[in-house]
Amino acid sequence: MEFWKKQSKKVKRSSRMTSNMNVFNGSDNYVVTEELMNAVNVSIALKKPLLIKGEPGTGKTMLAEAIAESLDMPLIIWSIKSTTKAQDGLYVYDTVQRLYDSQFGEGDVKNIGQYIKLGKLGEAFTSDRQVVLLIDEIDKADLEFPNDLLWELDKMEFYINETKETITAKHRPIVIITSNAEKELPDAFLRRCIFHYIEFPDEEKMKEIIHVHYGDIDKKLVAEALEAFYKIREMKDLQKRPSTSELLDWIQALMISGVSINDLYESMPFLGVLLKKNQDIDTFEEIKTKGYSLRNW
Amino acid sequence: MFLEFFYLLRARGLEVSINEWMTLVEALDKGLANSSLMGFYQLCRSILIKTESEYDKFDQIFSEYFQGIETPEDLPEEFWRWLNESDRERDLEDLGDKKLFAKELDELLRMFEERIKEQKEKHDGGNYWIGTGGTSPMGRGGYHPSGIRVGGKSRHKTALQVAGERNFKDFREDTILDIRQFQMAFRKLRQYSSRVDTNEKELDIDKTIDETCENGGMLTLAYEKPRKNTVKVLLLIDSEGSMLPYSRLCNRLFQAVSRSNHFKDLKIYYFHNAIYDQLYTTPRCKLYDSVETTWVFNRLDSDYKVIFVGDAAMAPSELYRKGGNAIIGLFNHETGMEWFMKFKKRFKKQIWLNPISKKSWGYTYGAETIHDIGEVFPMYELSLSGLEAGIKKLLVK
Repeated sequence: MEFWKKQSKKVKRSSRMTSNMNVFNGSDNYVVTEELMNAVNVSIALKKPLLIKGEPGTGKTMLAEAIAESLDMPLIIWSIKSTTKAQDGLYVYDTVQRLYDSQFGEGDVKNIGQYIKLGKLGEAFTSDRQVVLLIDEIDKADLEFPNDLLWELDKMEFYINETKETITAKHRPIVIITSNAEKELPDAFLRRCIFHYIEFPDEEKMKEIIHVHYGDIDKKLVAEALEAFYKIREMKDLQKRPSTSELLDWIQALMISGVSINDLYESMPFLGVLLKKNQDIDTFEEIKTKGYSLRNW
Repeated sequence: MFLEFFYLLRARGLEVSINEWMTLVEALDKGLANSSLMGFYQLCRSILIKTESEYDKFDQIFSEYFQGIETPEDLPEEFWRWLNESDRERDLEDLGDKKLFAKELDELLRMFEERIKEQKEKHDGGNYWIGTGGTSPMGRGGYHPSGIRVGGKSRHKTALQVAGERNFKDFREDTILDIRQFQMAFRKLRQYSSRVDTNEKELDIDKTIDETCENGGMLTLAYEKPRKNTVKVLLLIDSEGSMLPYSRLCNRLFQAVSRSNHFKDLKIYYFHNAIYDQLYTTPRCKLYDSVETTWVFNRLDSDYKVIFVGDAAMAPSELYRKGGNAIIGLFNHETGMEWFMKFKKRFKKQIWLNPISKKSWGYTYGAETIHDIGEVFPMYELSLSGLEAGIKKLLVK
């Protein structure tokens, strides 16, 4: 629990920075750096979306949960898929249902409003309380997707053609957007965001994260595992470098199996937990024996 | 206010817009910089910089503008010895006097220089001299909300010189052409057809209207198979040797292609200078990572659009002589040129993208082979406009 004491001290200092009521102070199960905390608070104060980038497993999605929890606001998650369209987030007009209803004389067909189904963004705008809106993995969608949302995120309103109604946000939601950098995002969109890149946690921070997850465990195991882990992380030739979640799984495997933890880097049990690709395992062996690999340029 | 900083950022190639700058000014008005240089640095970075690959450039410009952030090089020898000798480190919890206000940088540097002149011996744990584990703004292993760290490792990260550390050096890429531009170009490489095997269904509006009318006005829904991109791509990349200078550019192209998920199929192979009996599955071009070129011919139908990426610059023997294969130990009975002709016959559409700029094709090393290969395949410069022209060529019926 050492870390949380420390965290709360930091918080006291940084919460002086603004008199705004909505100040994010981190939460109980999310390890947050002061830098990230400041970025969140800047984005809340300036009413601009916060774009979070970082390697997989650095806790981008969890950040939104932590913000919602600490500010006691509902969280609305809009996870983006490759087929998601900007319109899906605003509203969908269920024409087929209306047609059916007109045929069978059900429902009030004249009232178009009842066939308008709000998407996640619409939900966030119409909510009676201020909410945290997470647009998760925005880079999964089509290249033009972010551009299609510029107006809506800027003005926090959109127009429903069918009912000639403008939906304006009752309370401007706190918008968190995450990206895995699968695709590059357009400039016009980036200019409207506050940006923060979550660095991969260093060894000290990683120890805290392990501590949060597993409590007090064998210090030698943690030290050996971290040493081996960061050696692998330094291999730039790997296609997919292991991330926090893989490290946590690996440590759990080591604990359960009770294998000898002397010189883990040499024996490397359960390597498959850390490296998920066959080529990466080959590359790893090559670097371990020869010190270099020419597999990828 | 700091307007020169804005122009310096732009002059150094960071495309900071006026809107972003105004946002920063607004943030400063609201006091979001936390009245410290560190807060100001973080605030600037989160508002003005939108990709981690520019963090490093930003760090450099920041330290250039707010000069003197790095520890002065001319620190007398004995200071380093005093600092290195003792390992007294203040407990992280023990933050010392919290009322210490952030000192102005100028004042701090002045103090630092004065102290260098004054200090005659080692001091640890105090609040005035340059030493370890204390609360003086200068030294290491101690605590001061804004001080100068002299040697040692960063522990609290509140020292002013974080920008000077250049933590984001690895992310830097001097973008000539960015991946997004390549991706946008590749989007044009599509041909739609509804004759694809899939279970997905889309509402066919015209047919629905027709059938509903036929049915006396009772709604009848008709579905059709969605139209899908049918473009299949075979990407062949020259690697190693003379291609090394262009590897970054090729890598960017590779990333753009492999992230484009709209192709029906994408096959990528590598070759070295010219194509012979083998194609390689990795850029290292090693025999144990190879497939037979004829095997590729047999597996891929003629609709695959072939994109060669290479400088086409090689010794003429590699193109025209039997056994011209530059990889020692691999004897080819058919010349490189013959293999290229086979590709031309086998597939309907091919282009060649050359990373060498077009204006030097006539006289650079390998001008002869560039010319000859250019006769076989339409050759374009590997640039945005070249790629766009090439893609047009691939789509012409």
